[in-house]
Amino acid sequence: MTTTTLAVLVPALPFLSALAGLLLGRTAPGFVRPLAVLPTLAAAVLAVLVAVRQGGGPAIDSATELTPTGSVPIELALHIDGFAALVGVLVGLVATCVQLYSTAYLRDDPRYPSYAALVSLFTSAMLLVVYSGDLMVLLVGWEIMGICSYFLVGHYWETEAARSASLKAFLVTKLGDVPFLIGLFALAADAGSFRITKILGAVAAGGLDHPTLIALLLLAGVAGKSAQFPLHTWLPDAMAGPTPVSALIHAATMVAAGVYFIARLLPVFAASRAALVVMAVMAAVTMVGSALAALAQDDIKRVLAYSTVGQLGYMTGALAVGDRGAAVFHLLSHGAFKALLFLGAGVIIHAAGTNSLSAMARMDGLAKRIPDAFWTMTIALLALAAIPPFAGFFSKEAVLVAAEHTAAGESEFAPSAAGWLVLVAGVLTALLTAAYATRLWLMAFRGRGAAAPDHGKEPLAMTGVLWLLAVPSIAFGLAAGPLPDWFDGHELSPTLTTSVLGTGAAVVGVMLTYALWQRAAAQAARVPAGLPAVAAAAEVETAVEESAAQAPEVEEVTHEHPAAAAGPVADPGKALLGPLHRHAAAGFHLDAVYTALFVRPVRAGAGLVRFLDREVVDTYVRGAGGGPRLLGALVRRAQTGNVQSYLSALLAGAVVLAIATAVLANVNAGS
Amino acid sequence: MIGLTLAAAATQGAGVGAGASAAAGVGNGFLSPSGVEIAFLLVGLVTLGAAVVTVTTKQLVHAALWLVVALGGIAVEYLLLTAEFIAWVQVLIYLGSVVVLLLFGLMLTKAPIGRSPDADSGNRWVALAVAVAAAGALVWVVVDAFRTTWIDLDGPVQGSTKVSGEILFRHWVLPFEALSVLLLAALIGAVVLSRKNGDPDNTTREASPREKGKR
Amino acid sequence: MHLAYPAVLAALLFCTGLYGVLARRNAVLVLMSVELMLNAVNLNLVAFDVWLRDALHAGQALTLFTIAIAAAEIGIGLAIVLMVYRNRGTSDVDRLRDTAEGNEPAPGPDQSSVRSEVTA
Repeated sequence: MTTTTLAVLVPALPFLSALAGLLLGRTAPGFVRPLAVLPTLAAAVLAVLVAVRQGGGPAIDSATELTPTGSVPIELALHIDGFAALVGVLVGLVATCVQLYSTAYLRDDPRYPSYAALVSLFTSAMLLVVYSGDLMVLLVGWEIMGICSYFLVGHYWETEAARSASLKAFLVTKLGDVPFLIGLFALAADAGSFRITKILGAVAAGGLDHPTLIALLLLAGVAGKSAQFPLHTWLPDAMAGPTPVSALIHAATMVAAGVYFIARLLPVFAASRAALVVMAVMAAVTMVGSALAALAQDDIKRVLAYSTVGQLGYMTGALAVGDRGAAVFHLLSHGAFKALLFLGAGVIIHAAGTNSLSAMARMDGLAKRIPDAFWTMTIALLALAAIPPFAGFFSKEAVLVAAEHTAAGESEFAPSAAGWLVLVAGVLTALLTAAYATRLWLMAFRGRGAAAPDHGKEPLAMTGVLWLLAVPSIAFGLAAGPLPDWFDGHELSPTLTTSVLGTGAAVVGVMLTYALWQRAAAQAARVPAGLPAVAAAAEVETAVEESAAQAPEVEEVTHEHPAAAAGPVADPGKALLGPLHRHAAAGFHLDAVYTALFVRPVRAGAGLVRFLDREVVDTYVRGAGGGPRLLGALVRRAQTGNVQSYLSALLAGAVVLAIATAVLANVNAGS
Repeated sequence: MIGLTLAAAATQGAGVGAGASAAAGVGNGFLSPSGVEIAFLLVGLVTLGAAVVTVTTKQLVHAALWLVVALGGIAVEYLLLTAEFIAWVQVLIYLGSVVVLLLFGLMLTKAPIGRSPDADSGNRWVALAVAVAAAGALVWVVVDAFRTTWIDLDGPVQGSTKVSGEILFRHWVLPFEALSVLLLAALIGAVVLSRKNGDPDNTTREASPREKGKR
Repeated sequence: MHLAYPAVLAALLFCTGLYGVLARRNAVLVLMSVELMLNAVNLNLVAFDVWLRDALHAGQALTLFTIAIAAAEIGIGLAIVLMVYRNRGTSDVDRLRDTAEGNEPAPGPDQSSVRSEVTA
């Protein structure tokens, strides 16, 4: 088989699997699991094959036109370069892991067939986005991902939180998608084609008339999909979905699609310095803000969600300084370790029966109950905190190196201001990232209090997947050497300056958090039953209840648990953030701001429309109904049943007609 | 009375164009009516008066009798128009049978003898308006159309029994026979309608011994 | 003879009959008025037949037919009036108001609810 055929099969297999799953899900439940896992696994293997054959060489391009579509042709095109091949492998790998994991995680779920089919459909759409060489086809995959995300986030639609989260995810991403679509059209109108290769050629020839406008429009769509500030608010709420979905969609693939899209079209963005600066500001704000918010979250999945937002900010930052190699490098390693983190978090939630960190902090020996999750989570958190020699260190260093280069003015197109911005924000975020990673680890696995409940061993499908993903989390950093051959050729290995800076910041973060945790724990131990403890306990209780309300899957996948023991909790985040903690926990009140800025005016407008409809339009409708009714009542009075009056009216009419005719005849004859 | 004034007005109007077409008729003129015309006018006045009384009188039986006068007047008018066969048929059928039938109808429906104050319905003013309007329109149109037209009553008799018999049985045989079928159907229909059917509902509701005796 | 005389007389007789049909209460009197109207038409037919000197004398023939039909009509009409009188106890035209709005004859119990909904 040619590489093109293989590449076509990669998105087609999960698509067929989704179709079969949706059709056969009810009638043949026995086939659902193999149908879900095997095509995805085959697609992953094929993606690896494609990557091997492509081998970092020149891009494979193939196109066929189904039908003429007017002035700007739309073609079914493949464009597989090093980026596409490697991202395809990542998507296939994570999707396979998630499907495997889901067979165990959702084994008792009655809606598993449709869930698996939707995950397959999502995988197919993501692979389409990755491999597509035509922007319109890419958009098809892009939107299918959006709708799958909507369905999967709303998987537990019995709960209010899941319903509103799915709606929010859908609406906020759509808010970005509208400018995105307009941007695509503008780009195609300027370049004369939807083919990526032709567009890049046009950009290289300087054929773009409105690069800044196009770049900013596209950037809005990317911000929506990749959860960048200010459109990131849907991602933390989307954690109401099942944990494997979060791992697949909201960590490794869909949110990365935006970054990947910019990476593909980087020359378009690079044509506008303003767009790069906007992107850098966006990335910096996203990074720092989300890291601060992550430090204050109590829900383990929300911590990870904010962490994802921050890491995506890194990638956007790398793109803002014009190094897509670094961005995709970080995308790959982040996809692996963040998927691992989410899946591990699923195991932890499974075991602890809650996703509240403060509740976990009051459990003793959670690490011993789930040793696989403990070790793999530790690895992934180290990778997240960018401690050498884990994967995250190398990819983050690549970003920082690129920023430092740009800041030093060595980039040919990116402004050095963007470089400085990304560098400073990156180092600061490295510190914060290490801090919240440490906090998560300490609170989840170093809790003190009642013993954690025992549910026996976790299924092999779940733990095995964790170890599988742990491998790239540890070792992917080694790829920093050969990877530049696949990408643009920029050096990706760390330099001494940024290594010292980044690692130093991370170590400082870890130490600081550990010290604060020690102190907080000591304080908590000192006042075991004091007045503040009661208050703290009440606070914790409400937190637990809230998290339970937000996470229906806790009830879904866990067994009965004793009520969480009350007691003071050592939370280093509070001490670290100080007065900022309250705001950070609420995501810096962005939702409230949006409520004030958009939701209220829209609601007021809707109220106005409702008023207009009820009182104004309906008045006409009622009048239109009432007039004939009134006339009918009047005419009904004439219906006396007296034949003579009927006849009188009839004859009077006849007389009038006759006179009219006679007069007309006379007038006509006279004229 | 209204009819009379209208007739007078109509005759006034009819004479306007008489002079212009004096050459058409020999010795014709509005101001010098012939004897036939005078007779026609007088009989017409009587007929119209009888008809008006028929439709306005409060005594129902008198209405039938005034109808006799009106129909008889029309028969005389037929004679004046030289249609003698029609005149005798008119006398025979209308005066002889129809009026008698109507009188029977009045009796069978127990019409009150003497003045009955509610002989006219509440619709009468509307009816009057419609009738006057219709009369005005018709008279106006008719006079306007025929004010210069004269009937030549001289020459061969057009409505004698001989002539009528000839044309009726030479040219109008088929409709004539069809009419006989129609009369038969009407006969049977009348019988069926006025028969008392076996429905106990009807008989109990309206079973008066007098009617039974009449049947 | 001036044609306007019989024509005007016929028109006036017709309108008199018309008034009777519209104004009389007793059904038998209404039938009488109908007779008047028919006779007015007959008069017209004869007058125009004489005026036109029609070879076929269609007017006179038609008058004869009309007379015959009128006889049939009066027979049937009287039969109907008699029947109405027998069923209703009256032959007054303006009291036969079964077709009036809101004056439906009392239906069976199963239909009454539907009726009341319709009228309401």
